[in-house]
Amino acid sequence: MSERQVDLEILRYNPETDEVPAWRTYRVPCQEDWVVLDAINYVKDELDRTLSYRWSCHMAVCGSCGVMINGEPMLSCKAFLRDLPDRIRVEPLANFPIERDLIVVMDDFMAKLDSVKPYLVPREEKPIEDGEHLQTPAQLNKFKQYTLCINCTLCYAACPQYAHNESFVGPAALALAHRYNLDSRDVGRAAREDVVASNAGIWECSFVGACSDVCPHDVDPAGAIQQIKIASTMDYFKDLLMPGRGR
Amino acid sequence: MSRKPYRRPVSTSRWWLAQPRYIRYMAREVSCVFIGAYTGVVVVGLLRLSEGAAAWGAFLEALQAPASVAFHLLALAFALYHTTTWFNVTPRAMPVQLGEARLPGGVIIGAHYAGWALVSALILFLAGG
Amino acid sequence: MARSNKPIVWALFAAGGTFAAFVTPVMILVTGLAVTFGLLPAETLAYERMLAMVQNPVGKGLVFLAVFLPAWHAAHRLRITAHDFGIRADTAVMAVCYGLAALATLVAAFALLRV
Repeated sequence: MSERQVDLEILRYNPETDEVPAWRTYRVPCQEDWVVLDAINYVKDELDRTLSYRWSCHMAVCGSCGVMINGEPMLSCKAFLRDLPDRIRVEPLANFPIERDLIVVMDDFMAKLDSVKPYLVPREEKPIEDGEHLQTPAQLNKFKQYTLCINCTLCYAACPQYAHNESFVGPAALALAHRYNLDSRDVGRAAREDVVASNAGIWECSFVGACSDVCPHDVDPAGAIQQIKIASTMDYFKDLLMPGRGR
Repeated sequence: MSRKPYRRPVSTSRWWLAQPRYIRYMAREVSCVFIGAYTGVVVVGLLRLSEGAAAWGAFLEALQAPASVAFHLLALAFALYHTTTWFNVTPRAMPVQLGEARLPGGVIIGAHYAGWALVSALILFLAGG
Repeated sequence: MARSNKPIVWALFAAGGTFAAFVTPVMILVTGLAVTFGLLPAETLAYERMLAMVQNPVGKGLVFLAVFLPAWHAAHRLRITAHDFGIRADTAVMAVCYGLAALATLVAAFALLRV
């Protein structure tokens, strides 16, 4: 297989010694079928052992390896070199603070996920002896798309509203809330609304749609958020016109 | 080991220049300026209409001025961009599930364009008739 | 965090956007371009014809909607657009945007009630 010389420009940052991040270029001999992650691994193995970055599955299911590649949020294990030019700029995911090199601080995202109550709130507590909650294929298909999120946060890196307002709950967390809201086994929509339907929730979104563009699993968080906006608006007016209605 | 996370600044006014998809988004958003301005023209027209035939005649003349024509051409372009972007996202904002399967997005969008063509034809007919 | 009151303006934004998507292009064509470019005869916009249309209760209602809905759609979108361009004074922007929509609504209502 033929080799190709690729210039990997990586934004480096060592919090213990650097004031600001700085670019370093590495010349990497690449195989035809490589992805950017392979090139980064080559840098670490052969050129600069100090390079720090996250990765795990190398098959786009774990969500660890998100980085900016020539300005676009991508999974480095899914960014094929054959689709990229000879100069590749690799930066940590946008809109997150840089911890070190390509590693970003994920604490805010973890808190956001937690805040939308990402678990089934069943109609009644069902003891195990009573068996499973039954669900038809049609009921499953209603929310299945939103179960595919791998929490890679490429969507947060693409979202300009999150870029400017860190309190925005964000695409993945809202899509996750939607996943539970649409689940026939769940009745937690009202409980989630305090966070989901707040000004920092769905209403911060202006439907740029970049999140859905970059999602590696076609979750379409932008679509999910618009669906929540419609449902939430109808709830709002129903509550206005019929106060005290049970939900 | 000491942590010192680095926050990269993002321009609040020029962020959208960084990518074509952001520029297309801003074009869609800016369509509201033209739709709003055109609505303003309609309001002025209604006002002139209520002031009598002479005022209305002057309004119609002003509509024919080159600046007005240029504005309306631009407004039409942006209005059409609003229409296409609005229709295109409808299947994502309001998905329709029939049984186990989802109605294809193309069907929903196609139905919207058909409706739009119908409404436009109707209004043109009523105007010309 | 508390439930937002945005649904009120967003409902108007969505209704107005849908209305504008279907109706605004042909309206612009008919009122601003068709006569100038000879696609429709000049009598299309004749005073007596237009007057009759807005004096008719159905016509009056439709014309009012054709102002009200797109105006509030554009107002809300303009508020968001201002933010997107970096203008952070949301209260002031709200006042200008919704104020303009309110003005358009009032003037249109005034004109339509007057004819």
